[in-house]
This record gives sequence, C-alpha cells and structure tokens, in this order.
Amino acid sequence: MQQTVAAGAAGLPVSGQRRKPGSLGDRIFEALCTGAGILVLLTLGGIIVTLFIGGLPAFERYGVQFLWSDAWNPVEDHREEYGALIAVFGTVVSSILAIIFAVPVAFGIAFFLTELAPDWLKRPVGIAIELLAAVPSIIYGMWGLFVLVPFVQMHIQLAFGEQLAAIPLIGFIFESNNFAGTSLFSASLVLAIMILPFIAATMRDVFEQVPPVYKESAYGVGATRWEVVRGVVIPYTRISVVGGIMLGLGRALGETMAVTFVIGNANRMPESVFDASTTIASVIAMEFPESLAGSLKQSALFALGFLLFVISFVVLATSRWLLRSRLK
Amino acid sequence: MSTATMGAGPLRSAPAKDMAKARALGRRRRLVDSLVRWACIAATLVGLFFLASIMLTLVWRGMAALDLTIFTTEFRPTRFGDDTLPKGGLLHAILGSLVQVAIATAIGTPVGLLVGTYLAEYARNSAMGNAVRFVSDVLLSAPSILIGLFIYQLVVLPMGGFSGIAGALALAIIVIPVVVRTTEDMLQLIPNTLREAVIALGAPKWKMITLVCYKAALSGIVTGILLAVARIAGETAPLLLTSFGNNIASLDLSKAMASLPISIYQQANSGFPDLIEIAWTGALLVTLGVLAINICARLLLRRKI
Amino acid sequence: MNSITDTAVPADSGSFGGLQARSASEINATSRISVRNLDFFYGDNKALKGINLELPDRQVTGMIGPSGCGKSTLLRVLNRMYSLYPGQRAAGEVIMDGRNILDASVDLNELRAKVGMVFQKPTPFPMTIYENIAFGVRLHEKLSKAEMDDRVEWALTRAAIWGEVKDRLQSSALGLSGGQQQRLCIARTIAVRPEVILFDEPTSALDPISTLKIEELIDELKRDFTICIVTHNMQQAARCADQVAFFYLGELVEVAPAAQMFTAPREKRTQDYITGRFG
Repeated sequence: MQQTVAAGAAGLPVSGQRRKPGSLGDRIFEALCTGAGILVLLTLGGIIVTLFIGGLPAFERYGVQFLWSDAWNPVEDHREEYGALIAVFGTVVSSILAIIFAVPVAFGIAFFLTELAPDWLKRPVGIAIELLAAVPSIIYGMWGLFVLVPFVQMHIQLAFGEQLAAIPLIGFIFESNNFAGTSLFSASLVLAIMILPFIAATMRDVFEQVPPVYKESAYGVGATRWEVVRGVVIPYTRISVVGGIMLGLGRALGETMAVTFVIGNANRMPESVFDASTTIASVIAMEFPESLAGSLKQSALFALGFLLFVISFVVLATSRWLLRSRLK
Repeated sequence: MSTATMGAGPLRSAPAKDMAKARALGRRRRLVDSLVRWACIAATLVGLFFLASIMLTLVWRGMAALDLTIFTTEFRPTRFGDDTLPKGGLLHAILGSLVQVAIATAIGTPVGLLVGTYLAEYARNSAMGNAVRFVSDVLLSAPSILIGLFIYQLVVLPMGGFSGIAGALALAIIVIPVVVRTTEDMLQLIPNTLREAVIALGAPKWKMITLVCYKAALSGIVTGILLAVARIAGETAPLLLTSFGNNIASLDLSKAMASLPISIYQQANSGFPDLIEIAWTGALLVTLGVLAINICARLLLRRKI
Repeated sequence: MNSITDTAVPADSGSFGGLQARSASEINATSRISVRNLDFFYGDNKALKGINLELPDRQVTGMIGPSGCGKSTLLRVLNRMYSLYPGQRAAGEVIMDGRNILDASVDLNELRAKVGMVFQKPTPFPMTIYENIAFGVRLHEKLSKAEMDDRVEWALTRAAIWGEVKDRLQSSALGLSGGQQQRLCIARTIAVRPEVILFDEPTSALDPISTLKIEELIDELKRDFTICIVTHNMQQAARCADQVAFFYLGELVEVAPAAQMFTAPREKRTQDYITGRFG
C-alpha cells in the first residue's frame, strides 16, 4: 500500500503534556470563577477573624475563666462581669433536647415517606414537610409564643408537672417555680419542630438510596416492613442518618429568633427544664442592639459569638464528613 | 427461623416446624410491625399538624388587620385604650424588605453562580475546590446571627451606624451558598458529552459554560435563586445587627432601614394589642410570600424532570 | 452481529454494493492527516502504541476493533478532545497542513473548527434548531442575518434534514427524534465548514432506518470532507469506508482498502475478529 506523506513536518517537538495558554476570554472567566471561590473562603475566614477580634477584650480580661463563669452582670460599674457558661449551657441543652424530641418523629416521617405511603401521597406529604423547613424562624417564634407556650403552660406543666417532679432521681429537672410557660422546654419544642424537616428529609433521601435488591431479599425471606427497615435499611444508612441528625443539631445551635421568643431570656442557670434560660444566639439578639460600640459588654457578646461559631463549625463539619458518601 | 444446625453427615430432612410456636411468633411480629406502622403514620400526622397549626394561626390572627392600609401606611404609634389614633401599616417594612432582598439577590446571585461554576467546571476534584465546597456548605448552615455580627464589624462600625446596605450585604452572604449548591448540582447533571459537543465545534470553554451549560441548567439555577430569595425574605437575626429597623419608609441605603421580619419582631413584642395584630398580618404576608416562592421553585424544577 | 448478512437494513438499499467497486488503487489519494508514531496515555496506562496511519483526503476511513482497543482514543486525539482532561496525554506526531497538531502552540479552537466531530449519542444543545446551527458558525465567523439564514439552510440541506425542519426552525431541538437529532448534529458540524469530520459510533444509539440515512449521508459528505468513522458494526464499516483500520489492544494491526480487509485480511487477528471469533 503506497500512501502519500505530507511533506516538511518532521522534527516538530513531541508534545501534548502542556496545556495551551487559552484565549483571553477563557482566562478572564476562569479568574472570575476562581476569585469568587476565594471570596467564599475569605468570607468564612473573615467571620472567624472579626468574631475573634471583637471578643478579644473579653478574652483578655477574663482568660479561660470566661468559658465557665456563670456571671452575666451588664450594670456598668465595678461589678460588671461576663461569663459564657449560662448561654453555652442553654444553647447545648436546648439543642440536645430538641434532637431528642425531633429524631423519633423525623424517623417516623421518613419511614412513612419511603415505605408506607402510597405513591400518590408521597409527593404532597413530602412537599408539606419541606415547607415546614421554609417557614421563617420568626414565624416559629410568634407561633411558639402565642400558641405553643400557653399549651405547654396549661397542658404539660400544670397538668403533669407534679407527677413528673415526683419521679425518683430525675424528678428535679421538672420541678420549677416558673409558670410563665416561656422556658427551656418550650424552646426545645420549637427547635424540634424547626429541625424536624431537615432531619426527616435527610433520612428519607438516604433511605431511598438503599439498593432495592437488599430490601427485596429481606422481604423474600418473609420479613415485615419494620424488620426490613430495622435489619437492612438502618444498618445500611446509619452513618448518613447520624450525619443528618448532626445537621439538625447544627441548625438548632444557631437558631435565634424562634428561641428568643419562647425561652424567657433569663441570664441565670436553669435548674429545671421549665425554668427560663437563654442561648448564645438569643443573648446576642436581645442585648447586642442596645450595647455600646467598643464596650466590654459588646466584646463579651462577640466572644460568645466566637464560641457559637466554634461549636457549630465542629458539628457541621462532622455532619458533612458523615454525609460525604451521600454527597459524592 | 429454624434452629437446626447443618450436619456434616448424610442428608437429613429438616426438623419439623413447631407450628404453634411459629404462629405465636408470627402474631407477635405482625403486631410489632403494625404498631410501628401506626407510630410512623402518627409521626407524619404530627408533622403535618404543626404546619397546619402554624398556617391556621397565621390566617386566623393575620386576617384581622389585613386591609389596604397595611400596604399604604407606615408605622403609627398607638396608646392603650385610645381608639381615635389612626391604624398604622407596614408600608415601610414591605418597602425596606423589597429593597434589601433585591440588592442582596443582585449581589449574591452572580457570586454564587460563579462559585458554583468554579466547583463544577474548574475544580471538581482539586484540593482548593474541595475546600471551597466545604466552606460553602458550612456557610449554608452557619448561624445567621453570626453573619450579622460579621457585617456589623465590617460595615456598620466603619460607617458609623446601622444601614440598609449593611443589611443587604448580610443577606447576600446568605444567598451565596444557596445558589452555589444548586448551581453546582445542576451543572454536574449535564452530561459530559454535551460539553464535548460544544468544545468539538471549536468553542472556548467560557462560551461553552455561559452559552450552553447555563442554558441547560437554567431551570435548576432559577430554582436556587428562588429558594435563596425565600430564605432571606424571612431572615431576622442578621438584620437586627445590620439594618436594625426603622419606623418610616426610606430608600436611603446609608441609614437604618425597616424590614418585614424586624417590624414583626418589634411589634409582636411591643405589648400593644393593635400592634401585635399588625405583626400577625405581617407574619401572614411574609409566610405566604415565602411559601409561594418555594412552591414555584419546586414546580419549576419538576417540570424540567 | 458478525455475519455481514444478518442486518436489519435491507442489503440492497445501502452502499453495500460499493464493497466490490472500491479497489486498492482508489485509496491512493493525498493524505489529509498523517499519524506518526503516536503513543497515548491515560495517566500511566498506555492506550495507543506507536500508531502510524494516513487519512486520505475526501475518503472515509473506518476504524474497527473490539471495545477498549483504542479506536475512539485515536479519534479523540485528532481533534485534541483529550486535552480537556488532565492526566491524558499523547506523544508522537499528528500532521495536518504541515503542522503537528499535538504541538502546545496549536490554537485548539481553530483546530476544532477544521476537524469537526459527531458523537455516539445525539447532543442537541438546549436551544432552537436554528440556534443549534448558528451557534457554531458564530464562534468562527461574523455573518449578516441573511448570510446566516443561507448558511443554516445549506447545512441542514447537506445533512438531509432541511425538509423535515424548515417549518419549525424556531422550535426546540430537543423535540426532534433521535435520528433527526443526530442529523442536526451533523448539520451543526458541517455548518462550521470543517475539512475533516470525525464520527464516533454515530449510529449506535439509532434505529435501523435512521442508521441507514446517516450512512447514506456519510457517503454523500465524503465528496467534500475527509471522514473518519469509528464503528462497532462491521457491516457499517464495509458499507461506508474506503479504507479500514483494525485496532487491537492499543495497536493498529492492519490498514487496508475495505474490500481487501473484509475479503482477504493479511493478519490472523484481523481475520479472527471479522469472522467473529472474538470481540
């Protein structure tokens, strides 16, 4: 076979390794995209740095003591003193209680949506639950204050308070002289309702990712739906489920307006779940707008904000790490 | 389940089933199963009940003060037991919210779009891309009040006071990660063959992205923007520390600016029944707006699929 | 699928008869692209080994071979598509118009304007039929509205789809059938007026009737374009190609005029493949 060969091309360098320089438009657009990405990194960095700088005077004044001091005395004289313990305690306890309330219900919803509901019902119910996540937090606050708080007051605290307080060993956590209804308990309930859709949606998504063949083989040996979920679906998805719960926890920790309405905003250590309390976010929302720029109080609030950032960052990062298999 | 162990010896018949035991066990298993089923149905009803309760409360209490004056009048002070004072409205708040949400969306959307493009088209598996993706996801769920503190330090203090632009910037930071998430997800869904087909015509990459990929992902991207708008329309906490609120309608971005959520918050806590009534009306308006935008976003995405 | 007769396409309707007509001397045209000592790597994995191949001007070169043999890889070298992906690289020379297109200084957009490509699955852009065609043209030329209209009509006519779409140029291209979409993609490619067109298994996602139309189209297009087609389907290679190259495990085993390749292959491996002993 004779073939004509194009002349004069021999001796050109072997190549293909280097990328070509690219047109001007390409370089500009890539720079814009990269710059926007860097801006996101800078934003997070900026949040950390400004919170820390804002809190520096308080950190310098109180040192590590700030973390476990339960003082919160904004009167500006020699007795002015601030500590983080009360707010951190209220934040953590209300969020954990919220998780305890929300997880079983969220699981029930996820189980219903993946295994039980007929097809025509899945979508409307799913959307309704997702809409619950879209309701602004201030609405939860108002609804909580005007609907939930009176309910807690009349039908939980007054109705069952004494019986609950009589439970041996743990009864004291229900014993309270605060009958206003605005309490740690109310805040936890509102938080639970708010994070419910997030946890339920994550659980539903990961449940749906279980390969049908696993479930079918379990049904094949005669397992009931519940046995399939307990024996196959939950073991298969447990890491992502925990990740979803952590995501809910992260939301609860930083929730501001809803909590501010219903927690009672008391800067003292609660002794019972029916006592008024406060959280980092709500103490900032309540006291920051009326604090003076550059005051020690403002610095203490920044310091609290920094702590909230650290706590929620750890929780959110853990959540994301646990959910990585689902994200990829 | 049978309790037989597999013998190594010659084939034997399986041990006989104890039918009575099996039936009893079956009854218990069925009972547990139906208990769990009913519990799950109850859990779903509880979730739906909360949504219904919130919506009914809003409609019931919000309708009372809902009339034209809400949209045409600014805040009016009130006094206990004085019916002669004219009823106020939420014009200032609605106007302030529209302005701040519009500016925040106008700033946050292009940035979010570019970051999402960076993640999907330029840095899919690079270390830098993973870092940006991680940080964006953290921002998506970070406490919004901290964003308020950040902007306070960055904008409010240097400007010497609360301002509408500070509020808009805080909201813009919330918009960005929402748009990033949906943009990246939607661009990832585009098959590589489409990208190659554009490149094969001799198009530079940036034209491939802006002229074809964005078009292919359009409904998803619009959905993301709508969800972001719905999210910031109800945001309260960061505005408390940035635009602060105002009782008069103003378009001056360098001054404190009213917004619906802040007005709701202030009037709901005022203790005056007529102001609380107006707060409920505001709450109804915000919620209807937010839910309507959300439903639109979902319908838009569904039509594409 | 390996016997030449078991196709769903009626044997008398294609250009199947061309198989006898094409003699070895017909391949004796000038070479449009010369591949010399080409090696290709996916990371550390060597996918092509020392390939030497000439693509004759205005003829159809068919590339056949089992999956993973490197035929598609070679196709993607010819328009530098692989450059999109870091970790993929080529060594050796691919000469076109006296230049090595593997050279780093080559303007890839210009190269791709000269070497068009049609993919396995139809890839209509999410826009109108008209815009699909005009999109590629606008990248490289500035035309008036009237000139663009002419160009669109010309391309659609050449791709044998004008009659089917001329009344709905402004409707979405996504509404066309699979076969129409593929012809639209061919029209989009030729609208840019390339010199070479690469087809990467262009009919594997299509029904037999649409396949037949595409094959007739390729036969018609070779009057103006140099064509290179990768195919799994040996009858298709026999029907369309002037010269056929057989690849196996990253090597080019044999190049021959189609008639010779399918009647009297020189290599044992080629014979085994075309008689269906493997692949």
